[in-house]
Amino acid sequence: MSLIVARELVKDYVMGDVVVNALRGVSLEIGRGEFVAVMGPSGSGKSTFMNLCGCLDRPTSGTYELDGVDVSALDRDQRAEIRNQKIGFVFQGFNLLARTSARDNVELPLTYAGMPTRERKARAAAALDAVGLADRAGHLPNQLSGGQQQRVAIARALVTDAPLLLADEPTGNLDSKTSDEVMGLLVQLNEERGMTIVLVTHEPDIALYARRVVAFRDGHIERDEIQTPRVPA
Amino acid sequence: MTLWALFRLALVGFSRHRMRALLTALGIIIGVGAFITMVALGSGASAKVTQQIASMGSNMLVAFGGSSNAGGVRGGTGSSASLTDDDVDAIARTVQTVRWVAPMVQTQAQVVYGGANWATSISGTTPDYLDVRSWGVDSGAFFTAQDILAANKVCVVGQTVVDQLFGEEDPVGQFVRVRSLSCQVLGVLTRKGQNQMGQDQDDVVLMPYTTVRRKLFNAGGAAANAVSRILMSATSAGTTGQTQQQVLALLRQRHRTTEGDPADPSVRDLSEFAKVAEETTRTTTLLLASIAAVSLIVGGIGIMNIMLVSVTERTREIGIRLAVGARGRDILAQFLLEAIVLTAVGGAVGMVLGTVASRILSAAMEWPTLLGWQSYALGFTFSSVVGVVFGFYPAWRASRLDPIEALRYE
Repeated sequence: MSLIVARELVKDYVMGDVVVNALRGVSLEIGRGEFVAVMGPSGSGKSTFMNLCGCLDRPTSGTYELDGVDVSALDRDQRAEIRNQKIGFVFQGFNLLARTSARDNVELPLTYAGMPTRERKARAAAALDAVGLADRAGHLPNQLSGGQQQRVAIARALVTDAPLLLADEPTGNLDSKTSDEVMGLLVQLNEERGMTIVLVTHEPDIALYARRVVAFRDGHIERDEIQTPRVPA
Repeated sequence: MTLWALFRLALVGFSRHRMRALLTALGIIIGVGAFITMVALGSGASAKVTQQIASMGSNMLVAFGGSSNAGGVRGGTGSSASLTDDDVDAIARTVQTVRWVAPMVQTQAQVVYGGANWATSISGTTPDYLDVRSWGVDSGAFFTAQDILAANKVCVVGQTVVDQLFGEEDPVGQFVRVRSLSCQVLGVLTRKGQNQMGQDQDDVVLMPYTTVRRKLFNAGGAAANAVSRILMSATSAGTTGQTQQQVLALLRQRHRTTEGDPADPSVRDLSEFAKVAEETTRTTTLLLASIAAVSLIVGGIGIMNIMLVSVTERTREIGIRLAVGARGRDILAQFLLEAIVLTAVGGAVGMVLGTVASRILSAAMEWPTLLGWQSYALGFTFSSVVGVVFGFYPAWRASRLDPIEALRYE
């Protein structure tokens, strides 16, 4: 069974008097353990797709099943719980809580899951170890480099053992060397843990790390093909 | 998230924004501080008035005779001295709601002891007088019913008289001269202080009323039985009005007078006066408390203001929390608890400052203050309510943020 099953997803925004048709009927299946790059120019609908994928928004019509659950009809709080349990987010701007240690940032999803402190601490430590930042657990985001901050964000995304990791331009704020390191980490998580990764990017170099590339244009899927992924240095 | 986790989160938040937290709490600190101070001053004043009233006597009524009319020259109330011992007996016998009754025969006289002399008021009465006036004897004893029957030459003196005539000497057992009458001091009254008119209640010499009439006045004929007024105590605060009516009716019946008659006796309910005074101070306390309450509300609006700014400033934080799985109620609880913790801490500090301020004012202005647990409970409740009420709207706004918009917020 596929992890993501999207059927005829439509999303319209009303901006003033104008209706923007951001998605015009997108159907897509993503299997478990896939590494998919979502590409397309700005305005192509890839960000809208990403928001729907991440249960941050609801489609105007169409259905979206995540891990066997139809989440397109869920309310705000139910979607929050789905995000908490099934999805890990990695953003372009890292989106760590300022003035909050790496450890506390990683623990954040677990506190909302209501996990007991002891278990929470142990899992946060393990997640930080997995991204190679065990020795930086007590550091604040502003004491870490961009690459390190993004690795903390990745640790936060994997700490709940969510099946899906959504990365929205994860290397947009990083130089090419650090970008390669971060992408290497994502490839590793995909291969070793079988995490399904959906990567939104407009950089062809970065999209090369994925095994499948889905290109959006004008609210449609323009291209969906398998490729031989680039091997991280 | 558990309440404890939210509480810790709030504390961590404050430690990161110390100045902002302090300024926010300041409104509540001042509000609660002012509230506590005002209530302390108000209830202190109220307690003082109540005490003064109590010193006058409990549930006290006074009966006066009518006015005299000698060849067209009218005397004032009580000038006819028409009340008699028989009236006193009749009141004691027939009016059920009178607890104590004491006749009064009054005059002014020069009192001499050794080389010192002092003009004071001489009151002839009975031992019941002490009960009516809620008074007591400090040293020695009061005169007895036996002294009254025999019209013994004895007296009990007030503290002021002691100060003026005896200085450091113990007056009990000594002899003083009242006009030409030598009488023995049996006891000294406790200090009662000023009454509400500023009159010194301790400047008095009490004697058996029989002694005053027979030995000071050398009264004969009708005057041998006359009393200038009759003091009474009703059985309770609720029966003073009824007692007043009954005593007045009785006296009118006995003296065959009607309302408007110059010789008509009058009965005054002094507790009414007390009620008015108590009402006044209660109103003052209420007024002070409401002014303080207004300042508390202003403090609450300050909290709302800063919380709203804080929500805007932390939009991205809220977005991150929502993205990783915080539900609307988690965000609501987080911001609401911040407001509540701020007001609770502010309230506690305000209570301490208010207590200190009222002590200082009390000392500086010689104004009595009174702080009961009720004042603290009220201040605490009020500040918590302010925290919840004014913290709710910003917290609700935060909880309704759209995660996508919030994450995009710069």
